[in-house]
Amino acid sequence: MTTRKPWQEMGLTDQEYDQVLAIMGREPNQVELGMFAVMWSEHCGYKSSRPLLRQFPTEGPQVIQGPGENAGVVDIGDGQALVFKIESHNHPSAIEPYQGAATGVGGIVRDIFTMGARPIAMLNSLRFGTLDEERTRYLFSGVVAGIGDYGNCLGIPTVAGEVYFHPSYRDNPLVNAMCVGLVNTSDIARAVASDVGRPLMLVGARTGRDGIHGATFASEELSEESEARRPAVQVGDPFMEKLLLEACLELIKENLVAGMQDLGAAGLTSSVAESASKGGRGVEIDVLKVPRREAGMTPYEVMLSESQERMLVVPREGAINRIQEIFGKWGLDATIIGHITDDGLFRVMEGERVAGEVPVKALTEMCPVYHRESREPEYIAEVRNYDLSRVPDTGDYNGILQSLLGLHSLASKEWVYRQYDHQVMTNTVLVPGNADAAVLRVKGTSKGVTVTVDCNSRFCYLDPYKGGMMAVCEGARNLACTGARPLAITNCLNFGNPEKPEVYWQMDQAIKGMAEAARVLNTPVVSGNVSLYNETRGGEAVLPTPVIGMVGLLPDVSQRVDMAFKVEGDVLVLLGENRDDIGGSEYLALVHGIETGVLPDIDPAQESRLIDLLLALNEGGWLHSCHDISEGGLAVCLAESCIKGDMGASVDLTGLSGRLDGLLFGEGPSRAVASTNPANLEMVRKLAAEKGVPAAVIGRVGGKRLKLEHADRVLIDQDLYELAATWQGAIRCAMS
Amino acid sequence: MRFGIIVFPGSNCDADCYHVVDKVLEQPVEYIWHKGNSVKGFDALIIPGGFSYGDYLRTGAIARFSPIMQEVMEFADKGGLVIGICNGFQILLESGLLPGAMLRNDSLQFRCGPVNLKVRTDNSAFTRCFTRNEIIKLPIAHGEGNYYCDDATLSDLIEFDQIAFTYCDKDGEENPEANPNGSKANIAGIMNRERNVLGMMPHPERFAEELLGGQDGVRVFASMLQSFKEGCR
Amino acid sequence: MLLGKVFVTLKKSVLDPQGDTVRKSLHTMGYSKVADVRVGKYIEVRLDSSTPEDAWQELNEMCSRLLANPVIEEYRLEISEDDGR
Repeated sequence: MTTRKPWQEMGLTDQEYDQVLAIMGREPNQVELGMFAVMWSEHCGYKSSRPLLRQFPTEGPQVIQGPGENAGVVDIGDGQALVFKIESHNHPSAIEPYQGAATGVGGIVRDIFTMGARPIAMLNSLRFGTLDEERTRYLFSGVVAGIGDYGNCLGIPTVAGEVYFHPSYRDNPLVNAMCVGLVNTSDIARAVASDVGRPLMLVGARTGRDGIHGATFASEELSEESEARRPAVQVGDPFMEKLLLEACLELIKENLVAGMQDLGAAGLTSSVAESASKGGRGVEIDVLKVPRREAGMTPYEVMLSESQERMLVVPREGAINRIQEIFGKWGLDATIIGHITDDGLFRVMEGERVAGEVPVKALTEMCPVYHRESREPEYIAEVRNYDLSRVPDTGDYNGILQSLLGLHSLASKEWVYRQYDHQVMTNTVLVPGNADAAVLRVKGTSKGVTVTVDCNSRFCYLDPYKGGMMAVCEGARNLACTGARPLAITNCLNFGNPEKPEVYWQMDQAIKGMAEAARVLNTPVVSGNVSLYNETRGGEAVLPTPVIGMVGLLPDVSQRVDMAFKVEGDVLVLLGENRDDIGGSEYLALVHGIETGVLPDIDPAQESRLIDLLLALNEGGWLHSCHDISEGGLAVCLAESCIKGDMGASVDLTGLSGRLDGLLFGEGPSRAVASTNPANLEMVRKLAAEKGVPAAVIGRVGGKRLKLEHADRVLIDQDLYELAATWQGAIRCAMS
Repeated sequence: MRFGIIVFPGSNCDADCYHVVDKVLEQPVEYIWHKGNSVKGFDALIIPGGFSYGDYLRTGAIARFSPIMQEVMEFADKGGLVIGICNGFQILLESGLLPGAMLRNDSLQFRCGPVNLKVRTDNSAFTRCFTRNEIIKLPIAHGEGNYYCDDATLSDLIEFDQIAFTYCDKDGEENPEANPNGSKANIAGIMNRERNVLGMMPHPERFAEELLGGQDGVRVFASMLQSFKEGCR
Repeated sequence: MLLGKVFVTLKKSVLDPQGDTVRKSLHTMGYSKVADVRVGKYIEVRLDSSTPEDAWQELNEMCSRLLANPVIEEYRLEISEDDGR
C-alpha cells in the first residue's frame, strides 16, 4: 500500500502541484488545493481534449452561441432559438445506475434552463455490456428507471435515443443525456458575473456532503476501490428541480437576472469561478451564508459539495426582493452568499476568516493543457489488410434476418421508451419508434423541431476518422428523413484513457472526421462534453464512442414523414448509391464473428446531396414514408418499415449488383428507402436526377409478407408476424 | 364556460390542459395557484396531471391538504364540475371526492403509450359526446395507475353506473393484456354518485388535435362544454 | 423529544407486486424458505410533545389523516424517548 501525497489523493500530478505552488507563491491550504484539484480535473478542465476540440467548426449564420457557455444556441426564426447540449454521467452510473442516470438528467436539464430556455425534449444515448449477464440487466434497468423517473417528474418528454449492447462496455456503461430547450432570443441568459459589487445569490436546494470530489472520480478509471467510493454518488430530487426550473423561468420572464449559472461538477467552486472568469472579475463568498442541510460542514466541504438542484444567480440592480419573493412562492431558498469584486481573486470566507484565496483565472484559463502523444494502434493495420472478400456468403438470409432483428442492439427499444413519458407538453408529433428522429411542434408557429442522437461505435473503433464522419452524416440523414434541415451539433466524446497514445489517436481521428463532415453539411458544433477514462476493469478502452446529438428544423411540421409503410401499391425507391460492402456491419460481427476489416467509404458531399433530395421530396409532399439504411442494412430497414406500418413489401433487387449478403445487410452510408404513390415516381426521379442522387425502384408495398428476390432467386420471404414477434420481443424477453 | 386549472408545486400537465381549453375549445381559462382560497366564478375545475409534491409519501397525498382543495371540495359539494386527470385523479381519491385508492402499476414500471378504452356510460357531463360501449384511444403515462377499491365499493360503482372508462383491446375485449397497470375491473376512470366529479388516468388533453395522434380526448372537454350550455349534467 | 416510529403496511387484501418481486428475487438467490414478502414504509417522527399520551394521540391523527391511506393501508405505532441518534 503506497502512501499518496494529499494532492495525489485529490487527483493532481506532481507536476500539476508544482504549477500550483508557482502560481500561489506558497503551499496551498486544503480548501485551495481542493479547488485546484477539481477545476484542473480532466472532467472540468478538459486538459487532454481542448487542443483537439479546437478542430471543430463552431460558426455559422444559424449559431447564436457556440461552445463556451452552458449550452449551445441556434436560431430557428420568428425570434426563437433552440438551446441544447449533451452530457455524460458514465462513472456514477456504473456504481449506482439509478441515481447516476437520474442526476445526469438533472444536470443537463439545468444547463438548459440556466440559459433562460424552457426544456422541451430529452434524448439519451446508452451503452451497456451484453444482456446475458445479470449485472448488465441490473445496470440497464436501473439506468432506464433513473432517467424515466427523473425526466417524467420534471414533465419534460423523453422523445428519442439509442441503446447499444457490446462486451466492451461491460464494466463501464455509457450514459449520455441530451436536453433541448426553446427560448426567445431576447431572453437568453448567460453565465457571466461582470458588474463589480453585484451580489451573488445561491438558489434552490440546501448544500450537503453529496458527491464531494465527484469531478475527480469521473476523471479516473473505475476499479474495485470505486465501489467503496459510493459516497461520491449524488442523489437527485426531481421535485426540487421542477420547482427550481419554474422559479428560474419566472426570473427570466420578469427580466430579473444579469447572469445565471447552474452548479454541476465541482459545485460552487466551478460555477462561481467560471462566471467570474468570463466577466474578468474576482469574487468573495462567505461559506457561512450558504444554507446547509448537514451540520458541521467545513469550508472545503461547502466549496466542493455537488449537492444537486442548485443555481447561482447574479441579480439585476433592484431585483433582489422580487427574486426572493418568487423563490419564496416556490418554497425555495434564495440567499446572498457573496459578491463580485474587482481584484481577480476567488476569496472564500468563513465569516471573518479567510479560508482560501486563489486567483480566478488560475482555476480556469491557467488550467494545464496537454498535447498528448498520439500513435496509431496496432490493430488498425489488421483492419486495413483484412480481406473481406474471403468471408463466405452462407445464403441463409431468412435466418440471418431473424438473428439481426433479435439482436438487442437492433431490436425494438419499446421496453425502454415506454418507461419514458414522451408526450407531456403536448408537442410530440412523432413519438419514439416511428421515425429516424423525433419531431416536435413549436406551438404558435407552423414549425417543427426534430432531434436525434447517433453513433456507431464499432465503425469508430475500426476507423475513427470514417466513423466520426459517419456519425455526423447519420445524424443529418436521420433528421432529413423526417423532412427537417439539420442545423447544428452537440457531441459527447466517450473515450478511454487519453494518456495512452492509441486512445489519444482514436480521439484525434474521430474529431477530425466529425469536423470534416460538420463543415460539409453545415452543421457546426455548438456545445458538447468529453468523458475520458472509460475502460474495462482490465484496462482496455471501451469502443470509441463520439455521440452526436443533432437538431433540425421543419418549416411545416404537418409535412413530417415517418418510417411506416402506409398504402398498398406504393412504390419503393432506394435513394443513394447502391452498396454491397459488409465491412463493419452487425451482420459480419454476429454471423461471422468478425470485427475487423475496412469500412465502406463515406463521402460527406454525397450525403449532402441525399439530404438536399430528401428535403426537396418532403417539401413537395411526395413521400409516404422514409427510413434510412443503417444497422442491419437494407433488409432490416425494410423489415422495420413493414412492422411499423403492419404492411408487407415485395422487393426485387435484380437491378443491383454485388454480393447478396452485402446487398441485404451491408451498412454502407448515404442511403434511404422511401415509399410513394406510383403517380409520383416521375417527380421523384426528376428531383433525384437534379440533385445528383441515384434512385432505383426496388419494389412495392403490399400484402402481409416481406419478400426480397434477386434474379428469380428468393432471398427473404417472411410473414410480418414472424418479423414483428422477433423484433418486438427480444429485449422484453431478456428482461423478464 | 370558465375553466379553472389548479396548479400545485410539481403539476406538469397544467399548460397542456390550458392549451386545449384556450386554443381548441376556445373557452376562457385561468390558472389557480394551490395556495389560493377561492374558486369563485369558475364553471368547471381541472386538476391536471404531473407529480404534485414529487409524489412523495403517496401520490396526491400531500396535495390534497393544499388550501385550495377545501374550495374544490365545497365547489364539488355544490354540484360544480370537477375533472381530475392522472395525478388529478389520484388527488381526488386521496381527498375522498372519489372512492378507492391508487396503487403502483403491477409491472412496477412507468408506462407511456396509447391505450384502447371502452366508454362505459354516456350518461354524464364528461361522456355525453360518446356513445355507450364506444371504443376510443387515449394515451396514458403513469407509474401509479393501478386503481383499487374493495368489493363493496366496486358493487356500488357498477350499480350506480359510476364507471366511466375501462381498458380494453381494439375489439373491446377486457383482458389482462389490455390492462396496462392491473387496475381492479380494468377501471381507467370513474365518477362520483352525483356524476359531477370525474377522475381518469388517461390524458384526454393529449389527444385533442389530429397532429398529435388523435382527437378522442377533446370530446371529454366538449362534453363538459355541451352540458354547461344546456344547463344540465 | 419523543421518537414516534410508524410502520405502514398494505392491507392483507391488497395485492403487493413489489413484495412478490422481492420474494421471487430471494428465491432466485437461494432463499427457498421465504414464504411471503410484503413491502411497507417506515416513518420516523420526532415530536416535541409534553407526554407520551399526547404524542400517541397526535401520531394516531397524523397517521389516519396523512401518513397512511386507510383505504389500502394499516399502521402500527411505537413511541419512545429520542436518544438523539
